[in-house]
Amino acid sequence: MQTQTVKIVVTGPFNSGKTALIRSVSEIDVVSTEKKITAEAEKIKDSTTVAMDFGRITVDEDLVLFLFGTPGQKRFDFMWEILSEGMLGFIVIVDSTRPETFKEARNILETFHAYAPTPYIVAANKQDLPDAWEVEDIRLALRLDEGIKVLPCIAKDKNSVKTVLLELLYAILEEVDKKK
Amino acid sequence: MALKGNLRDFSVTQILNLVNIAKKSGTLYIEGPRDEARVNFRNGQLCNIQIGQQEKSLLQRVAEEKKISPSQYKLLSERLAGRSDKETGLYLVNGGYVNQDEIFEVLAKSLTSEMRSLLTWGDGFFHFEAGEMIPPDRIPARVELESLIVEGARKLHELEDLKAEIPSLEMALKFSERPGTNIRNVNLSEKEWQVVNYVDPKNSIQQIADITNMDSIEIRRVVYALLQAGLVELIRPGGAPVAMPGKQIQPFDYKGQRGLVNRLIERIRSI
Repeated sequence: MQTQTVKIVVTGPFNSGKTALIRSVSEIDVVSTEKKITAEAEKIKDSTTVAMDFGRITVDEDLVLFLFGTPGQKRFDFMWEILSEGMLGFIVIVDSTRPETFKEARNILETFHAYAPTPYIVAANKQDLPDAWEVEDIRLALRLDEGIKVLPCIAKDKNSVKTVLLELLYAILEEVDKKK
Repeated sequence: MALKGNLRDFSVTQILNLVNIAKKSGTLYIEGPRDEARVNFRNGQLCNIQIGQQEKSLLQRVAEEKKISPSQYKLLSERLAGRSDKETGLYLVNGGYVNQDEIFEVLAKSLTSEMRSLLTWGDGFFHFEAGEMIPPDRIPARVELESLIVEGARKLHELEDLKAEIPSLEMALKFSERPGTNIRNVNLSEKEWQVVNYVDPKNSIQQIADITNMDSIEIRRVVYALLQAGLVELIRPGGAPVAMPGKQIQPFDYKGQRGLVNRLIERIRSI
C-alpha cells in the first residue's frame, strides 16, 4: 500500500523562526536550502532559507506528515503558492520581539488564506525574550479575530512546538467535522 | 512584557487602537527624529501629553483656548509662577475665570489637538510602560480615543490606497520613453524635482526616500503624482515573478478525514 503524505506549511516573515520550529520536531535533519545573506537589511543572521525547509514526521507505515517552511523574504513569494498546494493547514510564525515584521506577517497570512481557506494558527515566537510583545497585543496588532488561535511559542523548544502543532490539528479536526 | 517598536512599522493610530481596545493604563514614550513625546493613558483614555522637553501648563492651554484674555494670561502667569496645574486649576475656578467643566473641556480640546499632530509622526522609536501614571500634580483629562483613531485610520487609508498603486518601495523608477503628457507644460513641485533627480533603474524608491528625507506616505504621494503625469514608470528590480493575488489553489479535501487527523494528533503527542 502506498504511503499517504500530508503537509503543513510553516510561514512567516524573514527570521521569524520557521526553520527552528521545523527542526524542533522533525525526525530527519531538516533539508534546508540556505544561502549566504547579501542584502544589508537582512543581515540579522548569516544565512536564510531561499527555497524551502523540509521536515518529516512519520505517523505510521501508511502516513507521513511533511512540514514545509517557506522562504521569508517577499521576493521569494512566488514559492508560496507552490508550497501551499494541498496543505492541511498552515502556521504563521511571528517574531514577538520585532513589531516591524507584524505588518508583513499579516500580509503573508492574508496571501496564504487567499490561496486556500484552510485552518491556520499564529505562533508568537521568542516569548522567552524580554522584548517580546504579549500574545494579546500581537493579536491586536495583526487584527486577528478572537476565533483565530494565537499561541505563545519558543521555536527551539520541542514541547512548545508540539503544542502549536496540536492546536493546529485541533483546528483542522473542527474543519473536518464541519465537512461531515 | 515589552510593547515597543518603531512608528514606521506600527503607527501611532495602531498604538491608540491597541490602548483603546485593551483599556490599557500607562505611559507611551516616543522618540521621533525631531522631537520626543510622552503620552499618558488611563483605562484606554488619553490623560495627558507632553511634546518636547517643556510640558504645556494648564494656564497656557486655557489661554490658547481663549478662556482668558492675553492680558489676564500675562498677569496670571506672573501670579501663578511655580504653581502646579492642580493649584492653577483651583485658583482659576475660585477666581471665577473658568469653571471645572471648562477646565476639562479645555484639556480635552488641547490634548486632542496635540494628539492629532502626533498622528502624523511616521518615524521614531516608541515604548509603552504599563501602569506608569500621570504625574500627581497634573490634572488628568479623560479623552476617548475613538474619534482620534478614526481620524488616524483615514490617514492610514490614504497610505493603503497609495500602497495599492505603489505596492513596494523596493521598486525602481525609470523615465517614460513616451511620456503621456506634454513635458513643456509640466510644473513640478520642489519635492517632485528632488525625486526626479534620482530617477534611475538602479535606485529603489526607498533609497530615493532616504536621500530626500521623505517618509513612506510622502514619497508614495510624489511618485504617484509623477506616475499620473506619465513622466515615470515603475519597474521591478530583478523581475522576479510574484504570486497572483486571489488565485485559489487545490485545497486539502477534509471530508471523512477525522481518522487521519486523529492519527496525526496521537503521533505529535508522542514526540
